[in-house]
Order: sequence, then structure tokens, then C-alpha cells
Amino acid sequence: MSSELLPDLERIRADFPFLEVEIAGQPVAYLDNGASTQKPRAVIARMAEVAAHEYANVHRGIHLLSQRASELYEAARVRAAAFFGAARPEDVVFTRGTTEALNIVAGAWGEAHVQAGDTILLTELEHHANLVPWLELARRKGARVEYVPILPNGAGLDPEAARRLLAARPRVFAFAHVSNTLGVTNPVAEWCALAREIGVTTVVDGAQSAGHLPVDVTALGCDFFACSAHKFAGPSGIGLLIGRAEALAATPPWLYGGDMVERVTYTGATYRDAPGRFEAGTPAIIEAAGLHAALDYLDTLDLPRIAAHADALAEQAAAGLRVIPGVRVFGPEGRRAGLVTFHVEDVHAHDIAFACDERGVAVRAGHHCAQPLMRKLGAPSSCRMSFYLYNTGDEVIRGLAAVQAALAFFRRA
Amino acid sequence: MNEELYQEVLLQHSRRPKNLSPLPGATHRAEGVNALCGDEITIELTREGDTLRAVHFQGSGCAICTASASILTCETTGLRAPEARALAEDFRRLAVSGEAAPAVADRPRLAALGTVHRYPQRVKCATLAWETLLAALDHPV
Repeated sequence: MSSELLPDLERIRADFPFLEVEIAGQPVAYLDNGASTQKPRAVIARMAEVAAHEYANVHRGIHLLSQRASELYEAARVRAAAFFGAARPEDVVFTRGTTEALNIVAGAWGEAHVQAGDTILLTELEHHANLVPWLELARRKGARVEYVPILPNGAGLDPEAARRLLAARPRVFAFAHVSNTLGVTNPVAEWCALAREIGVTTVVDGAQSAGHLPVDVTALGCDFFACSAHKFAGPSGIGLLIGRAEALAATPPWLYGGDMVERVTYTGATYRDAPGRFEAGTPAIIEAAGLHAALDYLDTLDLPRIAAHADALAEQAAAGLRVIPGVRVFGPEGRRAGLVTFHVEDVHAHDIAFACDERGVAVRAGHHCAQPLMRKLGAPSSCRMSFYLYNTGDEVIRGLAAVQAALAFFRRA
Repeated sequence: MNEELYQEVLLQHSRRPKNLSPLPGATHRAEGVNALCGDEITIELTREGDTLRAVHFQGSGCAICTASASILTCETTGLRAPEARALAEDFRRLAVSGEAAPAVADRPRLAALGTVHRYPQRVKCATLAWETLLAALDHPV
């Protein structure tokens, strides 16, 4: 297992100033990467440089600074298109993040294309961001929502049920690439190929896969793909909606204002094509440069090796947790997408996470923004350790020791 | 482990909570949710005239949440409704700011819970049951 860890880990860790932070008198062990990731110096420095010397608004004015800002903003789009395998840079829309991207699809595309009686197919493991916008759309339209069911213990989604529900031709099939709660990786390419054959629009929530494992949206064959820069060593406040050109062209604007229009009169307006059509107002310019720098940084490493590293740490954590009495580990056997979620029958997740925090170990406790899933698994609240490229086996050991200490404390008579 | 937050009296209430069961014949009921973690608590009570004859809770939360709910049922049983309301308000202030009104200062179990104000991420755990009590007082079954 340890052979799968990144050999140049010390050098990688030196790139992340956050790891110098001390919590409770100890170096932080940041095991909450499923929620958000830390940023390397290259990202921080690039954003500071843009703010200091290269900043102006984009797509406005003749002056040189505006031209330069537009160039760096569009260069980030070109970079993201190449990194994620988009057919053209124009197919990449900057958003505030995955949540906004999914709201554009459900709110604008869905508003135009989903009708009363249509079925919206989701899965039982969706994050609230890929669930609530669809529930609202269904309510507005009188559409039905169906779910691909989860297998016992959250081991994965039921593949037979997925094929059967998809074959029934829902209007749209929206699902996570990787579950933020269970570490399940869904067969995106297979489902998108089936969907394409029968005219079902596909929407992939890539918040947990982008920048963690290789993603090529063209190879995956989805209509829409959404992700957030802060989940892959980039800044918060910016994300991507990547769409097939036809899918974006079939999506009406959703936010109106400057920059997204062609021609405006006192009686109406005409709108630009994608991506400008979806980027009303001043965008996150400094963050776009940060996103660009994050993708450059990840390219100096190797995504399959990053994925193997996080998987090895998650498996080390899962193995350590499974032998503790009363601990239930959710998710698939084997590869678990760099995270492990667990429930302790007699000690609440909050108390465990608090005990971890006292030892400088940051873990997530709660419902992981997947309340229906956790209720179905019988654990309304659970703990999660989630790993990224800078985490170490020692940090896993510290996390396990903190869990053991918490259980010993709360279980003493 | 943090023994300032997890005082012995709180651990006893979290391990063996009082009045953790449905309340047959309850006259008032409310459900409370901690949106941060998904914990849910139901408070039921029986009012005779202005007096709370019985106060029960259901649901599961962390040690602080459970202890707070258990202590709430002990401290409010027998109070008149306006007194229970005032105590809930006083406890909320204690948990948020550490400011101890006489009514909470006189109750050692509440004072023990009051250390939570030093741990902002845990304040909600302590106040959930009390917020739910305030809602229950306004919600006849």
C-alpha cells in the first residue's frame, strides 16, 4: 500500500504554507479535503500578483490593463478546457462553483426543457447541490423525481436499477461522478453512452472528481459537467460548468446584466452565445488566475498518482477504523476515492470530531450535505476523513488515535 | 479530552439521559433541527393551567446536546410557563456569551453547560433543546 504513496511527499508538503499552521500546539492534520482543499504557494502568489499588478475589469474598455485582464481571464478558460478535455474553450463557463453550475442547469436548462409529467432521474447518494435544485424544478413543473437506489452500507449504486431506470427515458439524468459521502465512483462513461443512445440529457456533479482523478469530459460523454476550484487546490468563489456546445446553446440565460448581452434597447435585449451568455456582471477575475495556477500546479504532478495516494491513505484509515468495536465504515470495499466515512453506534460524530480537533486533526462531522442518504444508511450524523495529495500516513495514525481516545473517554463507565 | 467542556455532570446526563421517552397525553410538542449537523430533538410537555407538569425529549445528538436536553427536562418540570420561557432565554444568553443571569447561576447543571460559550462551534449543540422548548410552549398538540 505504502508504495502507492507519493514518493516526493515532503517536497509537495513544502508547497502548501497552510501545513505550517498549528492547532492545539501541534501541526495541523487537515483531513477535511472533501469539504475544501488547501492552496499551494503557486496559486497564492499568482492571485496576489494579479491583484497587485495586473488587475482591471475584463471585456471592457480599450486601455491596456483591461486588455491584459481579459487575456488572463480567457487564458484560464483555455487552460481549463484543455485540462478537462472540453471540445472548445467556449464550452467552459465560469461560475461561482459547482452549486451555481448545477443551479444553472436545473434552473435555466431545466426550466426550458422539463415539462409536467417528465421524470428527473437522480441517485440516492447526491449532495444537496445536485438534489435540491432538481426538487425545486420538479415542484415548479409538476415533474417526477426518481432515484437510483444505494446498495446496503453505501457500497455503491445498484447497477441493474440504474440501467432499468435510465432505459425508461427520463428527461434528464443527474448524478455525482464521485460521492462526497461514500467515496463511490460512478460509471459515468457507461451511463452517458446509454443515455446518449436514447436521448437522455446527462449532468455530472464533478465536485469530488475534478483535480482528484483524470477527467476528460469528452471521453465521459456527458452533456454538462460541474466542478469547483476550491476542491482541487484552487481558490473558493470560482468553478466551472462545462457543456457540450449543443447543450449550452439550448440553455437560456439565467442571470441578466452587463457582459452577457449583444444589443440592448429600452424595450429589450439580445444575448451572447456561451460562455458569455452565462457570465453576467464582473466575474471572479483574480480567482480565474488562481484556478489557472492550480491546474498548472496539478499538471506538475500526476493525477493517477494523486488518486492512488489518496486512496491508499483512505484504505489505511478504513482498515484502522474497521477493527475498532462499534465502528461502522460506509462505502465500497477497495478503492474509496480518497475518503472514509464512519459511524460509531454509541458516540456521536460531533464528540469525535471535537476530540480530533483537540489533537490538531480536522475531520468533518455531520450529514455531509447528504441528509436523505445518511438517514437511509441509519446514521443521521457521521464522521469523515478525506485525503488529498499532501496528506501522510502519520496523519492517518494521528486521526485514528484521536478517534480511539474519544471512544475511550465517552465509553468509560 | 476536554474536561472543562465535558464536565462529569454532563457526561452522566448524556450517558443516562432523564425523561428520554415519548410523553403520553402531551399538550404541547415541537421538533428542533440543528441545520449544521442534522441532529433532531423533539420536546413534549404537559401543561396544567400555567404549570409544566412533565417535560420529555426524544432524538439523539452529541453528548452536549443530549445532556442539555436531559438537564432541561429536569430544570423546567414544575415551572410555570413564563418562568420556563425566561429560563430558556437566560440559558441562551449564557451559552452564547457566558453571561449568567441569577436564575442560571443558581442552577449548577446549567452553569456547567455554560462553559460551552468558549467553544463557539458547540453552542448550537447546547441551545437546540432550549430553542425547541420555546417553540413547544407555542405549539399546543
